[in-house]
Parts: sequence; C-alpha cells; structure tokens
Amino acid sequence: MNEPLIIKQLSIFLENKTGRLTELTQLLGKEGINLYAFSMSESSDFGIMRVVLSDPITTQKLLDKHGFTVTLCDIVCLYVPNKPGALSEALLILSEHNMAVDYMYAFAMDEIARVVIRVNDVHRCVEILQNSNLKFVEVNDMYYF
Amino acid sequence: MLRFLLCKITNNHINKDINYKIMLFFVNLKRINIILNIWLMIWNESYECMGREEMREVQNKRLRTTVEHVYHNSPFYRAKMQELGITPMDIETIEDIVKLPFTVKTDLRDQYPFGLFSVPMSEIVRLHASSGTTGKPIVAGYTRKDLSIWSEVLARTFAAGGCTRNDIFQIAYGYGLFTGGLGAHYGAENLGASVIPISAGNTEKQIQLMTDFGSTALCCTPSYALHIAEVIKDMGVRDKLKLKVGFFGAEPWTEEMRNELEKSMGIKAYDIFGLTEIIGPGVSYDCTEQHGMHINEDHFFPEIIDPKTLKPCAPGEIGELVFTTITKEGMPVLRYRTKDLTKLIYEPCPCGRTSVRMHKIMGRSDDMLIIRGVNVFPSQIESVLMEFGETAPHYHLYVDRVNNTDTFDVHVEVRPENFTDDMSAMLNLRKRIEARIQSVIGIHANIKLVEPRSIERSTGKAQRVTDKRKLYKNE
Repeated sequence: MNEPLIIKQLSIFLENKTGRLTELTQLLGKEGINLYAFSMSESSDFGIMRVVLSDPITTQKLLDKHGFTVTLCDIVCLYVPNKPGALSEALLILSEHNMAVDYMYAFAMDEIARVVIRVNDVHRCVEILQNSNLKFVEVNDMYYF
Repeated sequence: MLRFLLCKITNNHINKDINYKIMLFFVNLKRINIILNIWLMIWNESYECMGREEMREVQNKRLRTTVEHVYHNSPFYRAKMQELGITPMDIETIEDIVKLPFTVKTDLRDQYPFGLFSVPMSEIVRLHASSGTTGKPIVAGYTRKDLSIWSEVLARTFAAGGCTRNDIFQIAYGYGLFTGGLGAHYGAENLGASVIPISAGNTEKQIQLMTDFGSTALCCTPSYALHIAEVIKDMGVRDKLKLKVGFFGAEPWTEEMRNELEKSMGIKAYDIFGLTEIIGPGVSYDCTEQHGMHINEDHFFPEIIDPKTLKPCAPGEIGELVFTTITKEGMPVLRYRTKDLTKLIYEPCPCGRTSVRMHKIMGRSDDMLIIRGVNVFPSQIESVLMEFGETAPHYHLYVDRVNNTDTFDVHVEVRPENFTDDMSAMLNLRKRIEARIQSVIGIHANIKLVEPRSIERSTGKAQRVTDKRKLYKNE
C-alpha cells in the first residue's frame, strides 16, 4: 500500500583498500547508473556504502556479477524545508511514536532538503509520517530527485 | 681416570707418605683443573670436550641401554619395534639408530597422559606438560636421575654463558607445568648460583628486584626479555643493573633480536634450545662464540632427516631435526621428529667443546606458527571460522612483529548472503570471532572482514599464511 513511498537503497560492503571505491564508481558510471545520494560508514578495516540510485534491482545484479557484496534495504526519503528547526519537527514525530532511527543522511542547498531515513520498521514509519504534513520522495519522483 | 688412579694408589699401602704426596699432587691438579674450567667456562669438560671417537662409544652404549629399556618397559615402543621387525639385538652402534621407529607429536598425544612412561609411576618424581593448544597436552615424566640430567645440561648451558656460583639468577620463565621455570631453576642451583624464582610477569617488580638484588643473569623467553628491556628503559634504571647475561629460549628468535637485547640491556644474550618431549630447555646451548648451539650429545642424539623421504641428510645439509634420548629413564623418546628445520655443524668450535652444534632453527616442516610464545596451527583458526556461518572458509593469516610484539591478523571473507546493512552487526561478528579465537588458542587475533573472493584462490595447496617476522634466517 505504501510501496511507492518506500525506496530501495543498496548497501555495498567495501574493504578498506585503496582504489576499491574508484572501481565501484567507475563500474556504475560505465553502466550509466546515476547516484542520487550516498553515505559511507566505516570501521577500521571495512566500510558500508549506502547508495540511492536510479535502478536498484538491476544494479544489484550488476554488482553481484562483478564480485561486490550487496544487499538491498528499504528506506524512506523526506522533503524537509531547508530552514532552522525543520528537521527537528520531523524527528519529533518519530520519537513521539517511539521510533528509533538507525541512520540518516542528507544534504541541503536549495529551498528543500531531502533526508534519507533508515528505521527498523519502514512501513510503520511511513504510516506515522503520512499523518503529518511532511512530504515523501516517492519512487516515481526519483528521476526528479 | 684421575679418580681411578687415586684409588689404585690409596689401595696400595706400601708407603703412606709417598701416597699422601701423590694424592696432594692430584688434588692440586684437580684444583688447577677446576680453575681452568671456570676460565674456560666448561662445566663438564670430560663430556663436553670428549674426543669424537670416545663420544661415539658412549653413544653406542647408551643407545643400546635405552633401546633395551624401552623394549622391555614401554608397550608402545615394543609394539612399534615389533611392527618393524626389530629387537634390541639389532641395535649395536649409534649408526643402527636409523632402524628404529620415529616418534611424532600425535604419538605422544595419543598416549596421554602416561602412556609413554617407561618406569612405574613410583619412580616418577616430577611431571611437566606442554601448553596443549591443539587438544590434549603432552605430558613428560621425570625420574630422579632424569632431573639430575636436566640440571646437569642446564648447568653446562649457564657455564657456557660464563656464569658461575657467584652469579645471581633471575628466573623469569613461567613456573609450573611449563618446563622453562623449574628447569632453569634447578639448573642454576646445580651451578651453585643464587636463584630468584620470580616466574614470568609483573615486570616492574622484576626490575625492582633486578636492581635491589643485583641479578647478573636473566632467564626468560626472548620476547619477554624485549618487554623487560623496554620497561627498564622507561624506568630509567639501566645504570643500576648488574645484569651481564641472559639465557633466552622456548621460542625462535633472530640474530637481530639478539643484537637488540644485547644493546638495550648491555648483556650477552644466549639461546637455549629444548622441547618438553625431550627434556625441556637444555637440549642444546650457545657458547660464547654464539655460532650454533652445542648439543648435549651424550644425552640427546641428533639426526637430520629429509622430512619427505625420512632418510638421513648428508652432514651439514638442512633438514628436520630428530632427537633420541639416550639416558632418560622416565620417558625415553626414540627418534622424535621436532618438525624444526636446521642443520648440524660438525666443525670443532673455538670454545674447545667438541660436541656437534645445531644452527638456529631455520623453519618448520609443518605449518605450526609460534605467536607470542603460543603454538598456533592454521587448522585451528580454520575450524573456528567454520563454526561461524557468516564467514566463508577462505582466510589468510598475517603474522608480523611490530615494536617487538607479534601481531596476528586474520583476514576472512564475509559470505555475501550474510552481509547486512547493519554496521553494528558486522562489528559484532568480528568481535565474536575474536573472542572465540582467544578462547580456543589463547591469544588475540585481529579479525579483518574482507570482500568475498578477494583472498587468492589456489589450485594446489592453499597458501594461507604470510609470516613477515623473518624469524628463520638462512645463512
């Protein structure tokens, strides 16, 4: 029911090795895959790259074929006005419903920021946020992202 | 010989006065001899400097006695010899040793605990055991005579390093089942030195006593010695030390480490070689020439064999070191394969000892690693990794030495299907593997999760270990 609001994110296991990220981005570039957003989280010897991109399912297969370790997971993406206090409004709703955030990443330059949120129960998260006046980035919006 | 003459003369009661004078003469001769020995730093000149032919005779006789002893008292060896169709009658000289069966580590383990003892338990006065990282430990039993042999060979070791009864020995090997502590302890006592039985650990206390008691000799593992040296430097007490010599063994170490230890502590550093299976430390020892370790051949007969064909190597050739104990009673061992690779040096040593020397250990004929003093077989790591479904059975071990401490990294591939987006779950997997390895082999390994298919696959025997320590150096 909320499928259009749930976005697939690719998580890629990357060894902490010089050039590994270059290899990955070169491959994606060559295959015409555009990245909309990503974040890297790292430990001392490996990292997890989380990417939102144009075609997650095909990309997963492609990366699999090229020896990358990839997993798909669900996230939600919100439009948040680029002004002080806007993010806290959104987060307040989640915390009021006792919903913990695993991780988030975002970037804002213009009027509106897009915030990627990963929670344990994405479906519930969508339900909660639908009752607020926040807007979601939908799967169909991805090309305007 | 001297004593024999002396007896002959004293038994002759023709002229008591002359007899007394002759006796005095011999006593003085003996005294001069003792002084000379101390100067030469040879504990037991008659054996350590024995002519080669005479040594051969001693070995012939002792091997015959040992074979006779085990054949009649050890069901294990009797069965092994019967399998090969030989009896003690077939062993006449030391050359016949090649007819005897080999003994390997698993034999000793299979016979756990006392299966290889060749005397009744009432004769056994001491038990020691190896750490037993690969399962059951190896147990060694000593009779009173075995202990005296052990103290003898260690007294030779310490004397060869220039020590006398005037020295103060700090024994910083672990005391307990490990042979290092008590072995060195009784050896130093036999020498007549003053012994500080401090055992390993508590480094600042060690150094405190070292300065307060004026220890002149230190016995411990070379890696612990390096640590002690560092702490001495940190405490800034080097000038207060009276330390002049160190006897380091129980793990392989390099000439570079020797230089480092000698420089940092201002001592001479000597290597002791030994195995629990044979007797413990004291099988062979460095003299002041520091060029190969003299083997106590009158107690432990060395052979070098080709580990593949099991045939003897030509003199001076590198191969696997094999020992036969030819005087032990409690647990004599025939042709024990040490898996250590080395070569024997037959040239006479400038120190005056005639015994054959062994080169520093040059490698292993199996894949055993010694990391921070602990024996580690790659197969143990493998079985731990197999317990975890989340990792693939592809791994590589990296061993190195940084700031004198062994580093141990295990690279293991994650399984794609077990990869999760959750960072803490991945870190937790790493932590769980580390904890499991720690509990199985007793040392910490750094686990590094790597990408699937990133570890090199091999078509033949997998190369799973990279040891960058260069512990083994060929000349």
